[in-house]
Amino acid sequence: MSESYVIAAIVEHKPGVLYRVSNMFRRRDFNIESISVGPTESPDLARMTIAVRGSEAQVEQAIKQLQKLIDVVKVSILPPNETVVRELALVKVHTADARARSDIVHYVDIFRGRVVDVGHDSMTTEITGTSDKIDAFIELMKGFGVREVARTGITALSRGLKSLRVEE
Amino acid sequence: MLGSEALLEALRREKVEVIFGIPGGATIPIYDLLDGTSPRHILVRHEQCAGHMADGYARASGKVGVCMATSGPGATNLVTAITNAYMDSSPVVAITGQVPRATIGKDAFQEADIVGIMTPVTKYTYQPRRATDIPRVVKEAFYIASTGRPGPVLIDIPKDVQMEAASMEFPSEVELRGYRPTYEPHPLQVKKAADILSQAERPMILSGGGIIISRASEELLALAELLSAPVGTTLMGKGSFPENHPLWLGGLGMHGAREANILVLEADALLAVGTRFSDRTTGRLDEFCPDAKIIHVDVDSAEIRKNAKVDIPIVADARRTLEAIRVELVRRAEKKERSAWLRRVEELRRQVASEIKNNDGAVNPRNIISGLRAVLPEDAIVTTEVGQNQMWAYLHFRVLKPRTYITSGGLGTMGFGFPAALGAKVARPTVPVVDIAGDGSFIMTEQDLATSVVENIPVTVVVLNNHMLGMVAQWQRLGVGGARSKRYSAVELGNVPDFVKLAEAYGARGVSIRTLDEFREAAREAIKSDVTTVMDVPIAPEENVFPLVPAGAALRDMMWE
Repeated sequence: MSESYVIAAIVEHKPGVLYRVSNMFRRRDFNIESISVGPTESPDLARMTIAVRGSEAQVEQAIKQLQKLIDVVKVSILPPNETVVRELALVKVHTADARARSDIVHYVDIFRGRVVDVGHDSMTTEITGTSDKIDAFIELMKGFGVREVARTGITALSRGLKSLRVEE
Repeated sequence: MLGSEALLEALRREKVEVIFGIPGGATIPIYDLLDGTSPRHILVRHEQCAGHMADGYARASGKVGVCMATSGPGATNLVTAITNAYMDSSPVVAITGQVPRATIGKDAFQEADIVGIMTPVTKYTYQPRRATDIPRVVKEAFYIASTGRPGPVLIDIPKDVQMEAASMEFPSEVELRGYRPTYEPHPLQVKKAADILSQAERPMILSGGGIIISRASEELLALAELLSAPVGTTLMGKGSFPENHPLWLGGLGMHGAREANILVLEADALLAVGTRFSDRTTGRLDEFCPDAKIIHVDVDSAEIRKNAKVDIPIVADARRTLEAIRVELVRRAEKKERSAWLRRVEELRRQVASEIKNNDGAVNPRNIISGLRAVLPEDAIVTTEVGQNQMWAYLHFRVLKPRTYITSGGLGTMGFGFPAALGAKVARPTVPVVDIAGDGSFIMTEQDLATSVVENIPVTVVVLNNHMLGMVAQWQRLGVGGARSKRYSAVELGNVPDFVKLAEAYGARGVSIRTLDEFREAAREAIKSDVTTVMDVPIAPEENVFPLVPAGAALRDMMWE
């Protein structure tokens, strides 16, 4: 039974850590769907959000192997119903005429996105949300002609007071 | 203080007595400081051997072994040895030189991305970019290598960092927030384990290399006797239990003892300690001890449920856990009657013994290996190469003390045994050290006969010589493991070299053996000799290792002749 899981890891913010993490996933034959990394509230720690597909046993093993890495300070699985998950996408769409342009702006509005750049025959839009929502938006834009898509991969936080904070 | 001086000072603070290595352009500043005193440097002839010697030293002594190589090819030559140490959880610190900082990434002469190459085969890697980092890096490297589940750590030092002057601080403590091994067993898990063991009618213990690493042999013996539980070992666990004890069954697995492989199928409780349930130990996992509740003790939580499904996992140090389980059982004061189980063990042992063909006097692997045991003192150290020689030793050499049997278990590195023997001899200069070898393996690292002679490290090499890559030849003869045509393919090594002349060319002793008496006599002499002895022992090329559980088969499908 293969399912999607979201893993959050607090890691040392220094060179080579992303290599260690991604290499471990490759070496153990786990599949990464997306990975996003950024600094945290503490300057020497970074947060990784890793989306993986696999069986429960595979994901349990992946988490243990992550925990085993010396630069990984804390790891947890984020259950879907207790987690806020977001992804950001930049979508460059072909605008054949004024009609297409106004239709796209209309859709962007419905998806609560923004237009971030406008050219002679294209428009770049920014959409934030769950991966499903972004999939749906891109699907819709295909009718106009999608030129280019850049997605960040997901990032996620637990709802409420639960947190992955590392006590100093 | 220079970076190179800080390195040596930090090594001295870790009580490093010896470094195995070869110098090169990127380590000249370090070698400039080595003056033959502390630490001693042993110049080897190939970096792979430096790594295996450090590994053998570590396994014989329980201390961290240190090897050193220059950048580029020196460093990449260490990779096999470091992977070997990683697979067998051996504490080794490898120090490599690197090209100067400004040229890293520019494909400079003798540059290799050794940090990138070694990351998947080490516990951790360091590349200090400032000389002032060196004291902390060395402190952490030794701590990581030797604690929790031990393993190798790489320190890759750019040449200009070695030559950089800085004011140094040597830390006395290590603080790594991402690395805190768990040693104490959870009391509830200990109680659950005791529940299963006290109720079991047919308990058995599977003892792995973790018992030796955590120095748990005495606790293992006490618990086995308390439970009347027979003990089987893994290849890495050989030596964790005295092999002259009535509860000892032998090794499990592909070339395990029949007693061990049969009884594990009958056990109703299995206490597996310090083992990772390797495929070579368990055979097909879904048919491995089908009726037993399994208790799995390991200090590495990632080993729990990695391979085997277990009932009671305990993430902790082996010695402390065995002690806690024993104390709990004693507290309960329940003594279950297990004479039927012990009778079954005895009955099987007699049956197996009765089927062994009498081959007194023949020069064959069994007689050579048991003959060697008779000549060696209890605390002598035996290393092995890889292949048939290793499995004959697994089956026939009786180990009596922990850390006296050193073999390449996980990686199966041909050429390991001889340099490992040299490393073990450096760690324990007063005991005899013998490498049980095959001709195919010994050829892979024999050039370090030079090291043994020049550095005065006398060991004994017993070459079981069938002029073959014997294990592959056996699979081809038997038609197992994909050898459908049952013919030899690329396994015949020819009648070269002459091992006696080879040894003599290096200034070592060579002895050609024709009879068992000659062997015993030569072995007695060899272990007293102050120069390395190579014994050329011809064996029949068709000799097979049995029992055999073919790869991927279940233990119950064992072939024994």
